[in-house]
Amino acid sequence: MPNPTYILLILLLPLSSFLLMGLFGRSYIKNASGLISTAMLFVATCLAFYVAYGYFFMYGNMQGVYQKLILFDYTWLEFSKGLSINMGILLDPITAMMLVVVTLISLMVHIYSLGYMKGEERFATYYSFLGLFTFSMLGLVVASNIFQMYIFWELVGVSSFLLIGYYFEKPSAVAACKKAFIVTRFADLGFLIGILILSFYAGTLDFNTLVQRLTSPASMALKTAVASSFLGISGLTWGMVLVFVGGAGKSAMFPLHIWLPDAMEGPTPVSALIHAATMVVAGVFLVARLFPVFAISAPGALHVVAYVGVLSALFAAIIACTQTDIKRVLAFSTMSQLGFMMFALGVSTYGGEGGLGYTASMFHLFTHALFKALLFLGAGAVIHLVHSNDIQHMGGLRKQMPITHVTFLIACLAISGVPPFAGFFSKEEILFAAFQHNPTIYWIALLTSGLTAFYMFRLYFSIFWNKSYHSHSEYHGEGGFAMMMPMVLLAVGAAAAGFIPFGKFVSSDGKTLISEFHWQFSIAPVALGIAGILTAMWLYKKQNSKPDTIASSLNAWYKAAYHTFYMDELYLFITKKILFNVVGRPAAWFDKNVVDGMVNATGNTTQTISEKIKGFQSGKVQDYAIYFLAGAIALAVCGMYIWM
Amino acid sequence: MMQPGLYHILFVSAALFFIGVFGFFTRRNLITMLMSVELILNSVNLNFVAFNKYLWADKLDGLFFTIFVIAIAAAEAAIAIAIIINLSRNFQSIDVEKTDEMKF
Repeated sequence: MPNPTYILLILLLPLSSFLLMGLFGRSYIKNASGLISTAMLFVATCLAFYVAYGYFFMYGNMQGVYQKLILFDYTWLEFSKGLSINMGILLDPITAMMLVVVTLISLMVHIYSLGYMKGEERFATYYSFLGLFTFSMLGLVVASNIFQMYIFWELVGVSSFLLIGYYFEKPSAVAACKKAFIVTRFADLGFLIGILILSFYAGTLDFNTLVQRLTSPASMALKTAVASSFLGISGLTWGMVLVFVGGAGKSAMFPLHIWLPDAMEGPTPVSALIHAATMVVAGVFLVARLFPVFAISAPGALHVVAYVGVLSALFAAIIACTQTDIKRVLAFSTMSQLGFMMFALGVSTYGGEGGLGYTASMFHLFTHALFKALLFLGAGAVIHLVHSNDIQHMGGLRKQMPITHVTFLIACLAISGVPPFAGFFSKEEILFAAFQHNPTIYWIALLTSGLTAFYMFRLYFSIFWNKSYHSHSEYHGEGGFAMMMPMVLLAVGAAAAGFIPFGKFVSSDGKTLISEFHWQFSIAPVALGIAGILTAMWLYKKQNSKPDTIASSLNAWYKAAYHTFYMDELYLFITKKILFNVVGRPAAWFDKNVVDGMVNATGNTTQTISEKIKGFQSGKVQDYAIYFLAGAIALAVCGMYIWM
Repeated sequence: MMQPGLYHILFVSAALFFIGVFGFFTRRNLITMLMSVELILNSVNLNFVAFNKYLWADKLDGLFFTIFVIAIAAAEAAIAIAIIINLSRNFQSIDVEKTDEMKF
């Protein structure tokens, strides 16, 4: 059996890094703080690889099925017998995979930030926040109890808030961090209600027991949950949909995506870590964690997952084609890829060949983490050189930054699904799963993957080709070794990770899933991807007026997409015009007049009475003596009445 | 000559008590008030002794209490005089009407 100490250490190292840097970083070890944090995280990463290796190759597999191992369990808060919040460690294939992904990307970002954030005033604080985030994210993926997951879920939300608002002297960053926190917190309300509904029916918060009780056909919990109904939909489906709302908030699914583009106000490495590779996949991870319940007992909820996913994928891809801020393009592309992962889960069934979507989703999560982190780190290097986020200020950078150019190109090819890069394999699996189960979703997804290739190469050509680069400031190199090394490592990953036989390790029921490679099937997506790339090349390789002509011919549509289909304005309208007027003002009136009125009345009464009787407190000894005597006489009289 | 009975003594003690109470409430001088308190205490002493003598002549409990009260009264006088001295130092007066700083 594995030693739980190692996994606990993986969690505790980032936590101690957070405490160390947070408490002492600024005053004592400012300059060394980055190196110390990075070293601690390096140890954690090695341990994570060791644990994952041990799980996948030594002890995890029993008779061909990967086990769900509970390595550590501590009852933290007990409500009643059987219903308790435990702090535990659950090790199964997706946990092992996420341990590797989170620590690896976090380590890359730690190293990269050594160069990128150098000379920042709050360097140590930055590293302490990174430590807090890594700890919370690791806690989230190892959670053995749904409430434990919820606690860490909120913790990643807090650390995301802190890191988006890192440049707190910028008003836009402050607005963005508040927006991210409030929107995800609003979605988490759904998650919490979902947890309450599920635990009400299942009578437990423990993941394994919960899944087992809500999936086995003989269990009473399942029968009650399915039989109960609210607005014509069963209680279980409501619960699962509400849990998915929480996941959709974190994973920026339509219509709760509005925080993600604004979250790009944070430092670029943070965007790579939190808003591309790890935190935003928490929603996908949550659905995957509860996947048996979705697939077996609540297929209706799974349909919601599928359609929300594919809608978000298409929606974000269209917007990404029109944005000019390099990080916002990447943010919308993240949202689009998260949509791919979501609908891959949505079209999957539990076990056997039908579980291809599940494997594909996790595979895409893995490869996406590598190439999207790489894209953000590349974008960071470009921003570092150009001092601007706007792609119109870039162009012709391939000579100035050769390493960034090559790694960025690899990542673009990977995300566009060009063989043999990583994204090709995972995306083919997703598309194939969709093709088998739901043709509508397949066609939308196919269109989206073509768009993906187009907007990624639009970005690529605009940055590295197009016009020639005229620097306003002195050329200071494309970044030091600390910045280039993670990018090269991730580029190797993005190029090669596709050859991992993922179905062997991760599948919906733990058994090996042999995913055959269907080359005839791949022709259409690859051809469409290449068509997207060629279109982008035709439009953006040389500076010309074609993009503007097309944009103006699509006038209204282009404007709508550029303004992200007015989703922000819609939210503002709903909150400011409707919620504030209809709910806010009456509530404020009630608060001012009724609640405050009662409090004020109490205060006023007390004051009036005390004003009247304060004369008793005269300060004269003899007055007090008289009161005393009067009291004694009164008591004596009472006593006489009682005893006589 | 007529022997005084219990009622006579109780009458004297009650008179003493109420003279003490009256003095305590009407005098403004702290020393006079202290003397009134002594009167009250002594009326109680008189009660104890009288009850002991007339009702339980074979016991001594009443006398013990009397001695106790005398001892306590002595201690109380010491403390009271200390308070009076402090008061006169701080207010240049021992009139309780003037020392009303502890009011609302």
